[in-house]
Amino acid sequence: MPKKVHVQTTINGETVEFLCEPRQSLLEVLRDELGMTGAKEGCNNGNCGACSVILDGRLVNSCIVLGVETEGKTVETVEGLAEPGKLHPIQEIFLEDAALQCGICTPGFIVATKALLDKNPNPTEYEVRYWLAGNLCRCTGYDKIVRAVLDSAQIMSSEVGA
Amino acid sequence: MRAFDYIPAKTVDEAVALLAEKGDQAKPLSGGTDLIVMVREGRRQLDLMVDVKDIPETNVLSYSQETGLHLGAAVPCYQIYADDEISAAYPGLADAAKIIGGTAIQGRASVGGNLCNASPAADTIPPLIVLEAVCVIAGPNGTRDVPAEQFCTGPGQTVLENGEFLVSFKIPAPKNNSSSYYLRFIPRNEMDIAVVGAGASVVLDTEKTSFVSARIGLAAVAPTPLFAEEASASLAGREVSDEAVNAAAEAARHIARPISDMRGTIEQRVHLVEVLTRRALNGAIHRVKES
Amino acid sequence: MSEKKEYKVIGTRPIRHDGVDKVTGRALYGADFQTTGLLHGKVLRSRHAHARIKSIDTSRAEAHPDVKAVVTAADLPTAADKIADLGESAVNLKYLCDNILASDKALYTGHAVAALAASDPHTAEEALELIDVEYEVLPPVLEVREAMEDDAPLLHENLKTDAMGEKSEESSNVASHFQHKKGDIDTGFAEADVVIEHDFVTGTVHQGYIEPHNATALYNPDGQLTIWCSTQGAFAVRQQVSEILQIPVSKVKVVPMEIGGGFGGKISVYLEPVAALLSKKSGRPVKVLMNRAEVFEATGPTPASYIRVKMGVTNDGRITAAEGYLAFEAGAYPGSPVGAGAMCIFSPYNIPNGLIDGYDVVVNKPKSNAYRAPGATNAEFAAETVVDEICEKLGMDPLEFRILNGAEEGVSRIDGPVFPRIGCIEATEAAKEHPHYEAPLEGENRGRGVASGFWFNVGLKSSVAINVNPDGTISLVEGSTDIGGTRASIAMQAAEVLGIPAESVYPTVVDTNSVGYTDVTGGSRTAFATGYAAYEAAQDVKQQMTERAAKLWEVDAAEVQFADGDFVCVNGKDERMSFKELAARLDEVGGPVTGRASVDPTGVGGAFATHIVDVEVDPDTGKVEILRYTATQDAGKAVHPSYVEGQMQGGVTQGIGWALNEEYIYDKDGRMSNASFLDYRMPTCLDLPMIDTVIVEVPNPGHPYGVRGVGEVPIVPPPAAIANAIYRAIGVRMKELPMSPGRILKTMGKL
Repeated sequence: MPKKVHVQTTINGETVEFLCEPRQSLLEVLRDELGMTGAKEGCNNGNCGACSVILDGRLVNSCIVLGVETEGKTVETVEGLAEPGKLHPIQEIFLEDAALQCGICTPGFIVATKALLDKNPNPTEYEVRYWLAGNLCRCTGYDKIVRAVLDSAQIMSSEVGA
Repeated sequence: MRAFDYIPAKTVDEAVALLAEKGDQAKPLSGGTDLIVMVREGRRQLDLMVDVKDIPETNVLSYSQETGLHLGAAVPCYQIYADDEISAAYPGLADAAKIIGGTAIQGRASVGGNLCNASPAADTIPPLIVLEAVCVIAGPNGTRDVPAEQFCTGPGQTVLENGEFLVSFKIPAPKNNSSSYYLRFIPRNEMDIAVVGAGASVVLDTEKTSFVSARIGLAAVAPTPLFAEEASASLAGREVSDEAVNAAAEAARHIARPISDMRGTIEQRVHLVEVLTRRALNGAIHRVKES
Repeated sequence: MSEKKEYKVIGTRPIRHDGVDKVTGRALYGADFQTTGLLHGKVLRSRHAHARIKSIDTSRAEAHPDVKAVVTAADLPTAADKIADLGESAVNLKYLCDNILASDKALYTGHAVAALAASDPHTAEEALELIDVEYEVLPPVLEVREAMEDDAPLLHENLKTDAMGEKSEESSNVASHFQHKKGDIDTGFAEADVVIEHDFVTGTVHQGYIEPHNATALYNPDGQLTIWCSTQGAFAVRQQVSEILQIPVSKVKVVPMEIGGGFGGKISVYLEPVAALLSKKSGRPVKVLMNRAEVFEATGPTPASYIRVKMGVTNDGRITAAEGYLAFEAGAYPGSPVGAGAMCIFSPYNIPNGLIDGYDVVVNKPKSNAYRAPGATNAEFAAETVVDEICEKLGMDPLEFRILNGAEEGVSRIDGPVFPRIGCIEATEAAKEHPHYEAPLEGENRGRGVASGFWFNVGLKSSVAINVNPDGTISLVEGSTDIGGTRASIAMQAAEVLGIPAESVYPTVVDTNSVGYTDVTGGSRTAFATGYAAYEAAQDVKQQMTERAAKLWEVDAAEVQFADGDFVCVNGKDERMSFKELAARLDEVGGPVTGRASVDPTGVGGAFATHIVDVEVDPDTGKVEILRYTATQDAGKAVHPSYVEGQMQGGVTQGIGWALNEEYIYDKDGRMSNASFLDYRMPTCLDLPMIDTVIVEVPNPGHPYGVRGVGEVPIVPPPAAIANAIYRAIGVRMKELPMSPGRILKTMGKL
């Protein structure tokens, strides 16, 4: 067995330690070592976005980040979005707008949407489509997803304003 | 995927020493968006990845109108187009940084990595060529500079010798009445590899009616990205006109020696070189005139 | 038209029952399954498109300390040559087994040859290199017309053509030839004033679900096999595994995990029997996951095809005859959806004289599979493009033409069936009345196209059980895996019967030991047939509850009625009780109530759609931009309109991908060059506008709420609609899919 490396990182606000081989991706670490299966593997080469997580504030594909690279960094995953007893507004609106069908791409889209709205609280439809072009959905035709992102932006900014 | 070791280097010297020791069994890791995939798919086998993105010199991003741009090789693409001043000074480079992969790729992928991957279709190489970027390479014998157009020697091949790695780029300050533009042709609107890419930089006279000079760079039409030297030279001193632009595009078409693959045929690529060169030149000219 | 029924739940838009799990990342898909002692399997695949397997030596792999089991086709029980009933498609068992692990020949690049299990996936992958396979490489045949030639390399030495029931003498790659006839084709063309005939070619495309195939198996020492996987049909997996491993169905329990898309591609098993064999040998649970390249190279794409269409019309716009020739690539083993294509090709029209020939042809590509209205998109691309040219020649509005010739109740299809009440004309009228159709389209190189589509939909078997909870809710147990929100659409039909809110239903998709037999989630049947079962099971509950109310009120059951959500005594006694109130008192009158139903409904209602698309073509690059898209469709009755719209929008998008860029690209040796999401080029959200939908509701008389299947037909019209729009934009007729930029430039004469 190849030697494993000790890594300490912060995931969804909590300090996490794990052992992993250098060849294991962050996605593998999350899913196989830490049991966090919210990030999904769709392509394993950065072309579908199903494994989207936020690494030090930037949206990344966790399949092309090595687990060992996350030493001392912060990771946000779909599991960290909801508060106790309350979904994140983006999650609420994805449900209300029926912006999912099979649901396999949904965690990636929700994480990518959060990353977008963190940076740009009022995106245009084009900005939404541009930002999400790396997240593939095969079920919805994206219509309801794009609407849900625009609706999320509107509702979240009105909540902030209130 | 074979097992490998991972060492995050803190200094240029440390990285050089590690790379020199392991030879072709080691590679520097920056954003990893190409390297990790290649290793996973068995297209490259390694014993060691040397993470160079925490080295201060690979992270530098500084611009002044006097000295130009100093761009660390590991700086992720998004930092380039997110910087308004840099985007305004080097719009052709920002054009390319904006279209590499999707948002999540741009959070990691670097211009340096895009160059070192040495894909014939690399989007940032034509802009580096037309912006006269110089590559700063560190190695066991110190540092050396190589012009961007000389960096790639074949598909996946570069001038990097054993123990060397790309640290940063020096890009001269833009001249008066100049601008740049990059575009590629892809069947979708994002997430594809260029079927053909074309970059152009132009310097116009003060009236903005004649070319002082121009540079044209091409991707995916030869084993390496090309500097279209004759096409570029044909514009110097000429009046800005459709004829001049078309003639340069035609000249660019003549140096294309593409292959047919799943992304496009020879005929399609040769045709597109001319179309895209024309559009890139017109795009750069338009930017000068707008400024 | 009959009066529209009023519903309380049907037609509303509740939050789907599995929604919270899916937006929080908690929903467990196949790859998410974990259990103690889990091993990881990997499959060794042929890199040759056509090769005889001379030997397989697994000894070096078996000697590896971390390798716990290695399997090859030799580990499969000898398969009898019989047909397994797999719902939509019939599969020859020998072929089925060989597609799991090749025995004598590798028939496509990616064909599974051996597999092993090890302690972790990386070790397993590395250990594959220790399996030595000796091949005799044979020339591949990769295209349907080439495969039909007399001197083509033969995939199966013993395959004889089944030509309308007669077996050929000679072996051939043509597995079957069938024919449908209606009226007299020669008379029909003689009556025509205008006849148009063209050839069409479509590429191999993949369903493209984002979740790769996966399976985990545990083969216990008592012979009991449990499989956890993502599948469109747990019972279909049980059936196939039982046939392939030659064990009784009762020995196999299939636990359907959440499924990340299927579109017809997750009905056939690939990994399940392999995981089972590896578990049997190792004595431990084994998980096998495909990577994306394996999904492309080794699971069912839908086939490339060659289609010739000839249609005749009178000058006043009446179709007199239609002739179709369809040759479909089955892939490595017989069984393309050419039959379904032939059922759909001319079906939006009332055609008096017709002739359709279909050919099922094996080639060295992965075994083809269903993909959303399988066969129909290929076929109707050809027919609808010819119809467009006819309209142009006649100077007739293409939607007028479709309304004039539209199929309706009582019309027979060329392949025989007579239509019941359908909404073909209504869906076309809705398109014609949509503001999009008359909206100005200005600018150069822009064009508007239309096309219609038909999919017959299927019924098949479904089972549902309902348990009444004391708080007035119900738990609904079903066997249809939920790919796009069917827990909601099924639950809503039960809720409607019982007069309770959708939120008072708790639907669960359960394993094959926990519900009655249920066919696959496919054929646009789930909301229709499993919904029908839910309706019947709820009726059963209602009946039992009525009896309980009668018992409580000490009256005869005939004196209790159920109205507006209340049980009411109609014999003069002033008794009234809501479902919820009665549910709380069941223990007083006999205890729990469980309703159940197993159905096999025959009143399937076919689905029709008409689409309008605006495109702009870049004449210098050949690239097509979709500017605006409107889809109309007869849904019968939309149970949950949001998810009906979603099906329409998703189908349209897959159709756009098929039309513009998606295709398998092969090198000369038969290796797929673009087996990745990077180069297979499915549409991203940046490639699309919003997709407008119009749901037309012509109730299906064969369903209590008028439901028709909605999932499949929306993929059918887009390629033809886009081809017709391209013609209007730049004046060239595209007859090959995909209409990629290079092909468009070539057709324009620019290359």
